[in-house]
Amino acid sequence: MRITCPLCGARDRREFTYKGAALPVPALEAGVAEWDAHVHLRDNPAGPLEELWQHDMGCGAWLKVTRNTATHEMLGVALAQDAGLAIKEGQP
Amino acid sequence: MRISGKGLVSHNRTVNFSFNGKDYMGLEGDTLASALLANDVHLVGRSFKYHRPRGILTAGSEEPNALVSTGKGAARDPNIRATQQELFEGLAAQSQNCWPSVERDVMAVNDLAAPFLGAGFYYKTFMWPAPLWEKLYEPIIRRAAGLGALSGAANKDPYEKAFAFCDLLVIGSGPAGLMAALTAGRAGTDVILAEDDSRMGGRLLAEVEEIDGKPAHVWVAEGLAELEAMDNVRLMPRTAVTGVYDQGTYSALERVSHHLPPSQSLKTAHRPRECFWRVAAKASVLAAGAIERPIAFRNNDRPGIMMAGAVRAYLNRWGVAPGARITVFANNDDAHRTARDLVAEGVHVTAVIDSRHDAPDSGEFPVIKGAMICDSAGRQRLESVTIRSVNGEEKLQTDCLAVSGGWNPSVHLTCHMGARPEWNRELAAFLPKPDAVPGMVVAGAANGVFSTHGALQDGAQAAVTALAGMGTSVDAPPLPVASDAPYRISPLWAVPGKGRAWLDFQNDVTVKDVAQAARENFRSVEHMKRYTTQGMATDQGKNSNVAALAVLADATGRSIAETGVTTFRPPFVPTSIAAMGAGAEDQGFKPQRYLTSHKASLQRGAANIEVGLWYRASYFAKDGESTWRQSCDREVTMVRKAVGVCDVSTLGKIDIQGPDAAQLLDLAYTNLFSTLKLGRVRYGLMLREDGFVMDDGTTARLGENHYVMTTTTAAAGQVMAHLEYLTQVVRPDLDVRFTSVTDQWAQFSVAGPKARDLIDALVDEDVNGETFPFMACGAITVSGVAGRLFRISFSGEHAYEIAVPARYGDALYRLLLERADPFGGGPYGMEALNVLRIEKGFITHAEINGTVTAFDLGMQGLVSKKKSCWGKALSERDGLMDDDRMRLVGLKPVGAMQVLSAGAHLFDPDATVERVNDLGYVTSVGFSPTLGHMIGLAMLSGGPDRMGDTIRLVDHTRGIDTLCEVVNPVFFDPEGGRVRG
Amino acid sequence: MQLAAQFPCAGLLPLTIGDVTLTEDTPAAMTLIAPYKGQEKPLSDALNAAHGMGFPAPNRATGKADARAIWFGRAQALLVGPVADPELAAHAALTDLSDGWAVVRLEGARAEEVMARLVPIDLRPQVFKRGHTARTELKHMMASITRVGPKALQIMVFRSFSATLVHDLKRAMEAVAARG
Repeated sequence: MRITCPLCGARDRREFTYKGAALPVPALEAGVAEWDAHVHLRDNPAGPLEELWQHDMGCGAWLKVTRNTATHEMLGVALAQDAGLAIKEGQP
Repeated sequence: MRISGKGLVSHNRTVNFSFNGKDYMGLEGDTLASALLANDVHLVGRSFKYHRPRGILTAGSEEPNALVSTGKGAARDPNIRATQQELFEGLAAQSQNCWPSVERDVMAVNDLAAPFLGAGFYYKTFMWPAPLWEKLYEPIIRRAAGLGALSGAANKDPYEKAFAFCDLLVIGSGPAGLMAALTAGRAGTDVILAEDDSRMGGRLLAEVEEIDGKPAHVWVAEGLAELEAMDNVRLMPRTAVTGVYDQGTYSALERVSHHLPPSQSLKTAHRPRECFWRVAAKASVLAAGAIERPIAFRNNDRPGIMMAGAVRAYLNRWGVAPGARITVFANNDDAHRTARDLVAEGVHVTAVIDSRHDAPDSGEFPVIKGAMICDSAGRQRLESVTIRSVNGEEKLQTDCLAVSGGWNPSVHLTCHMGARPEWNRELAAFLPKPDAVPGMVVAGAANGVFSTHGALQDGAQAAVTALAGMGTSVDAPPLPVASDAPYRISPLWAVPGKGRAWLDFQNDVTVKDVAQAARENFRSVEHMKRYTTQGMATDQGKNSNVAALAVLADATGRSIAETGVTTFRPPFVPTSIAAMGAGAEDQGFKPQRYLTSHKASLQRGAANIEVGLWYRASYFAKDGESTWRQSCDREVTMVRKAVGVCDVSTLGKIDIQGPDAAQLLDLAYTNLFSTLKLGRVRYGLMLREDGFVMDDGTTARLGENHYVMTTTTAAAGQVMAHLEYLTQVVRPDLDVRFTSVTDQWAQFSVAGPKARDLIDALVDEDVNGETFPFMACGAITVSGVAGRLFRISFSGEHAYEIAVPARYGDALYRLLLERADPFGGGPYGMEALNVLRIEKGFITHAEINGTVTAFDLGMQGLVSKKKSCWGKALSERDGLMDDDRMRLVGLKPVGAMQVLSAGAHLFDPDATVERVNDLGYVTSVGFSPTLGHMIGLAMLSGGPDRMGDTIRLVDHTRGIDTLCEVVNPVFFDPEGGRVRG
Repeated sequence: MQLAAQFPCAGLLPLTIGDVTLTEDTPAAMTLIAPYKGQEKPLSDALNAAHGMGFPAPNRATGKADARAIWFGRAQALLVGPVADPELAAHAALTDLSDGWAVVRLEGARAEEVMARLVPIDLRPQVFKRGHTARTELKHMMASITRVGPKALQIMVFRSFSATLVHDLKRAMEAVAARG
């Protein structure tokens, strides 16, 4: 598998580490229920999925990778910093 | 029998080799198989199950029978295909799967027991009683079955792995592949042309054919010369593409030196046997050709019965006639070329037996139409065949039978990403599913285009299509003139009749076995495969799969298309583990990280211990110390009484700067760092998002917007990735920058009552209780070298950590030891460090094991109530604040056995030792010379409420069952007077 | 009394196998420069004024042999050679990494073939040209690789990996040379 890092270009999968689905991060004060849902209650689609990967053996960037989990087709890669997942309100 | 002057071998260059201990002579350009046939050797091995005599069947990597071992001792290579092994001076090869010799094989008795060894034999026979499996069944099977054997010794031959890149990967160098490579190469495309064979050209080397009015091999040579002259084309012979993976990734196995005599010189000693390539290509052209398939009939496995295309290859490429009276048995026009070519070289062709009534006539050799071969005879070599026709059965004396049941396109690689090939009735073959692999275009025989003209055209078009996919537009080139003979076939899979008709030569699977599998309801092709073992082992059924499933289709009353094929998976050819794991043996398994104090430590008698990738001093053996415990006890006492020096550079160090540095720390840590004063250090705890503890460490504030964080050695990488996550995903608005400075600084702990005396004398500044109180930090210089000093302690003693740029690490370490000596101090290692911290109840990743919370560690006070932090929300779940959770305590032995062990489990003394009564486990233990007994840390259910209780400690692994007392985890100096003093 | 300095590959290099040579580079200083938010342009100007090269784009290095700014990952570059002008700190976090990384130079006609055994990226000169740099891995080690000449590559890994770096490169050099 190869992932096209927006900074480094197409690279072998061995340079990347997988985290999980790319979901908006709840506010720190959001409470147990919302955080529980965020961390534990995730979809597992056979098809397109937005995921977080880190190019840890490369530039260090966290990436939002859109990938078809059934075919492994890569549908898009963006820098996670621009992906709108950040905490929106109630910052510490 | 060699035909003088014929073929592409060098007739004036002889090569000596031996087979089964007997010396022979071959020619340069021979394979082991062609040289053996030239010497009239047909019997080369014994079959897997019945140990039947087997001869050379094919001329390529699909060979099921002619597997030999080469090399000696640890370097022995089993299962080498004689059809691929190039001859070299001194080559010594041996048959496999036979004892004492291939001619007289004791296990051939299995053949007589065949009625009992049919399909599913293993499953039926070795079922019950189960306890006999390990003792009886498995050893018997292992002795009887199996192909070539490994030597059992570690193979020291070099192997390698490598990466390659191109725009277009062309797989196969026959007419289609060569034309594709020429088309793309001329367009300036970055091309790799990979060919499994030692010589490029594919079937064009094996056929009597003209291209552009020249012999085909001459046209090949000219094409290759043109490609070789191109900077943008890379030719990779002896390289089999073995697998297709996502996003244009391909694996390939290059046989680098199997064709060369063993290395004699130092320089070539490093020459790899094989190289395992990972190729990244934007597009590929699969031109892997086709593999001829046998027809099953009774006793069709005798040495001397070969594929018709292979007979042609031996004749035309290697100048060898595999027999003196050759018969052809076919169901298609292509095989008639074998007879034609043989006759042209003066070899006697008895007849072509063609199962079709409309087979073409020939003026050069007899053609018997509508006939089949239904049996063969001969002991270790074919002597005759039986022909069945409308006239009845008739015996024909012959010493070689060339069989062709048609050709199977090599669709394997098109299936590696999940696609299934599609049945084509006209060609009686499976063809690749279009667009089975993104970016791959299939051409030539692999695509069911069998004529030379068709393959050239298909190859050129494939390159044009592949280039168009990359946005490069090229015109199809003019095609060289070549034959466009049609491929006519009428399916024939198995000749009806009694006796055993073989489908899979390598696994001894017969037509009857497949029918029996169907009768016993193993109707799915995947079930049939596993039940009969058809298509397993080194050849993966390359010759037999299609015929076997055709027989299965017949037995189950379905069409071939309905029956389908088994799943083709990588690797396409057998790939040695040595090649795939190349470079990962010994030191190559993982990188080593060495401290700047490494050499000086070894000179002081250090024994090393691996901590992650780091090599750290475990203990320093002094004269008279015979066990690590003696050294450890002395080092602990030395730190408690005088001063010890320990390299702590392995702890992760992260330099954090920027206007929002404090905000990041407040987010990451449970406690506050924005309130930390300049020049001060604070201990902090980090949580994962699920609320469990991730790591701990100290962070120092060096400037208004400048901190340096330390992490544990174990979690340095994880914490770095976490901080990147927090600043890129969670809070990209924070204006903060950080980087690892772990390797920049050599950092040494100097601990003990004499630490201040040592440090004060060493550094250029005054170090005292006012300039460096407990938890202070600041810049210092040592002999003019700028460094940092931290008044922190992991031992509970008055201690410092002193850091200098790593280039001075070796010098400073030596200096520290020199200065420690007069105080009665010296170096201490990880063992002593561990005892010192257990005495103080300090935690490491033995305790932070992914299942503990701040509450469990008694550190809930460190979770600030004034702010939120990462992981706090889920750390406050009800179940994570339960008093009955396993929580940190200290243990000391009170039983007769004064022993504790890490990993032991804890029980109530009255409870039975079983899982439901498990109260917790021991995380860390050590012998405390300070206290005179063992001490331990444990996670114990309701731990802090059990102080003073007696608890039972059980460690089945080490045979320990004893009692201990639950105590405060801080064993020594609980008031902390020493560290502040 | 003076503390003696030791470079990461002391005692391990130089090394020549076949026509490929491996030597250690010991630049006077290495400083990580990580621009603060919105400071990329002023930083680049300041860098130009102080050291004569702009802040490099991703996968590129600016400057020349004795003073180079190498793109070093997301939003950072490594200034190799001169001691960084303290004025740059107004625009960027400056971190001294002079001792944090081992720097070696692999030179020879077959240098890329050696690297192809260790690194999963395409370093052929027609693809990885002069002024190109990459963050990637070299046999499980985080690495920075920069083309510094037609036949020369600069390779950097964390200092503590230097023995493994030399070991792995030596093995690959031997294998390439042995193929003849």
